[in-house]
Amino acid sequence: MTYGPARALPGDQIRITTNPDTEPFWQAAREGKLTACQCGECGHFRMPPTAICPECGSRAKNWPTLPGTATVFSYAICNKNPKNGEDYVYVPVVVDLDGAPGTRLNANVSGCDAEDVHIGMKVSVDWTPIQDGWVLPNFKA
Amino acid sequence: MAWVNQDKCAIVGVGATDYYVRGKSWPRTINDMAAEAIMNACADAGISHKQIDGFSYYSTAGAGYLDKFDTASLMETLGMPHISWSATLTSGGGGCPGAIGLATAGLMNEDCTYTVTLMALQQLPQHRLGVVFGAAAPNPENSFLQPSGLVGPGHLMSVLARRHMHLYGTTQDAFGEVVMATRANTHNRPKAVRKDPLTKEQYDASVMLADPLRRLDFCLETDGAVAVITTTMDRAKDCRHKPAVVHAAAHGGQREWGRAFAWMGMPDPHFASSGHKFTADRVWAQSGLSAKDMDVALIYDHFSPMVLMQLEDYGFCEKGEGNDYVLSGKLRYDPATGKGVNGGVPVNTHGGNLNEAYIIGMTHIVEGVEQVRGTAINQVKDAEFALVSGGPASLPVSSLILRKD
Repeated sequence: MTYGPARALPGDQIRITTNPDTEPFWQAAREGKLTACQCGECGHFRMPPTAICPECGSRAKNWPTLPGTATVFSYAICNKNPKNGEDYVYVPVVVDLDGAPGTRLNANVSGCDAEDVHIGMKVSVDWTPIQDGWVLPNFKA
Repeated sequence: MAWVNQDKCAIVGVGATDYYVRGKSWPRTINDMAAEAIMNACADAGISHKQIDGFSYYSTAGAGYLDKFDTASLMETLGMPHISWSATLTSGGGGCPGAIGLATAGLMNEDCTYTVTLMALQQLPQHRLGVVFGAAAPNPENSFLQPSGLVGPGHLMSVLARRHMHLYGTTQDAFGEVVMATRANTHNRPKAVRKDPLTKEQYDASVMLADPLRRLDFCLETDGAVAVITTTMDRAKDCRHKPAVVHAAAHGGQREWGRAFAWMGMPDPHFASSGHKFTADRVWAQSGLSAKDMDVALIYDHFSPMVLMQLEDYGFCEKGEGNDYVLSGKLRYDPATGKGVNGGVPVNTHGGNLNEAYIIGMTHIVEGVEQVRGTAINQVKDAEFALVSGGPASLPVSSLILRKD
């Protein structure tokens, strides 16, 4: 099928909330840094951030700045804006984050036609301002 | 090792309301529909609804995803004098057949004598399950999912299906065959929502909702209620119908599937799976049986690719071979012989969530009961064992084997 250009969903329609476990991720995003939650003891990465390392049980955390690149693990192609039902081509992707083995983000990819998105495609972070002054990591081809 | 509660309890009554297209059940209330289903199930069992003394829910006692059952409210509605068991499996629809295992726990612990498992749902515009994730208020967890626009379960499944296509060469033709094969079972079912035969051309023309999934790969949006009554085998002997014996039941799952539908963190091969391997292995271990021993399989079919992936996880075929298994016609029921086709085990002889009605898995239990009673509309000849599955969804998912008495 032919869909045409993939667009990120409009940031002004997106709202997030945080808690003490997740807030460092979003604070880093606001500074233009892509991070992931890493155990301060054993180095295991986990996303989304949780209170305790599932591998070793430690509460110590690191928030390293990642390269900001990722690989498409899977995706769907959608053609309606979920907020208002209007025609809107967007591609939700599940990406593997470079520099943080085993972690993924769910995001939108843009900068190419939707039908050209593919598993294994290399993408790089593309920041989308959203409500309340937060910034969302999306990705571009 | 055989399950300690094997063949000790049975489903003795099944009951339902009419099935309504989404939103059309109004002005009936949830408790009105739930009570009708319970009374019908009790009448089917040959007991009074005032004998019910246990509630074994799933989906966190949810009625749909926004309404909630309250045991005291149902007791008042139906005049039940006392209850001594009120318990639920957590999470969502994945626990449906597992709730029969929960019922068995209450009965074997002698907490109750007749326990009801039920679901009622009414998808008024603000209650549509299809947009449940997107409509939820942002929270710290879903803030890692919602912004991507994966707003409904179908969106999430489409991402899993895409990975399965990538890894194993699975085709959309196989998804279409799941829909067509099970649609072929509803033409003679009076309550089914979709009864017309489905051609491949019609399937291919169905609008793409979340590529690679089409509208017809998504289950129906239905209103209605279904209830089933479980009791001990000694009491079951006095009921109206032959008992549908609870031969094995399991709920749960493994960490690799984990938060599946919210976090998308599953490693291969779990990502492109139904998350059922763990409970599948448990019911096979409990029973000493395997997929080839099943006479009919009632597979939770909220989205067509998840039927294919469950067939792999339960061992009807090898992992990655679901495409060829499905396309060889092995899901189909042959009315002429009352058997499967091409050596397969008939799947969803009632039409399933895709074609008959979507009451969050309960119709699959009802069909399993009718098959082992020998009273199903599309009866599998000499059916002895029926597999019922619930999910794929957030854990727990669950599995049930019913046996002919």
